[in-house]
Amino acid sequence: MEIPYTIEERPDTGLINSKLGIWLFLASEVMLFGGLFSAYVFLRMGAPAGAFHEWGQELNVPLATLNTLILISSSVTMVMSWASLKMNDFKKFKMYMGLTLLCSLGFLVIKYIEYTSKFHHGIFPSTNTFMAIYFTLTGLHGLHVIGGMIVNGYFIGPGSKMWSTEPKHFTNRIEVAGLYWHFVDLVWIFLFPVLYLL
Amino acid sequence: MSEHSMDDIKSHVKVYMLVFAALAVLTVVTVAASYLNLSTGEAIFLALLIASIKGSLVASYFMHLISEKALITWILMLTLAFFFILMFIPTVAFFDWVDIS
Repeated sequence: MEIPYTIEERPDTGLINSKLGIWLFLASEVMLFGGLFSAYVFLRMGAPAGAFHEWGQELNVPLATLNTLILISSSVTMVMSWASLKMNDFKKFKMYMGLTLLCSLGFLVIKYIEYTSKFHHGIFPSTNTFMAIYFTLTGLHGLHVIGGMIVNGYFIGPGSKMWSTEPKHFTNRIEVAGLYWHFVDLVWIFLFPVLYLL
Repeated sequence: MSEHSMDDIKSHVKVYMLVFAALAVLTVVTVAASYLNLSTGEAIFLALLIASIKGSLVASYFMHLISEKALITWILMLTLAFFFILMFIPTVAFFDWVDIS
């Protein structure tokens, strides 16, 4: 089945359908992460005074700072890959999309190093309520990174064939994939100070 | 965003680079601020303030919300309202606190 209004804007909404769709999805994602942030507040309130901060001292701030910078960079390369298509430069699109995937992989590798070093020191989600919500929030966020990599991997690979047949449609697909990716970056921008710095 | 001329996009790219620089600087600032001797309340306020600025930059420029259609703005305002309700729910515990310590 062909989805209508993927190139032309739908007259009543003024938007292409895929863009309205991704924003509604992102709205639901705000509530998904919101529920867990709410749980964080609740657990922090229930913990003994100062304990949440103390339990959080186990985390590696320099690595997480590096990861924040990597994820921000990937957001820039993602938006640049879309801008390249807008400028009819498919080669640059491939380069920026490749960089986006590289950054995503780098983020996951660092996350893996963080996780395994915690496990190595006998720290697990069951250690305390801080670690429970830390692993839940970063784990869910990590799954979102993997999801984004699958979509972006498709668009740099087999999905990119569409550029030669329907360039406008393809450009819109990259914009929509970008909206999701920036959201994943946005979530991390809040996760980083809340989990690592406070 | 619908149609753009080549020049439009080129000026957008400049903005993306400025936003990138701002995000990187603010990341360093938020880490530096965590080493200041602030009370917990002040530290939370400052960290969330910086994160909100960074978040707004990403949403406004990378996600193009600054020039997006009104429908999306309305959807997001509704979402934001429910998000704040969600954040407020835990504080209700203050009104019926069970001291188990």
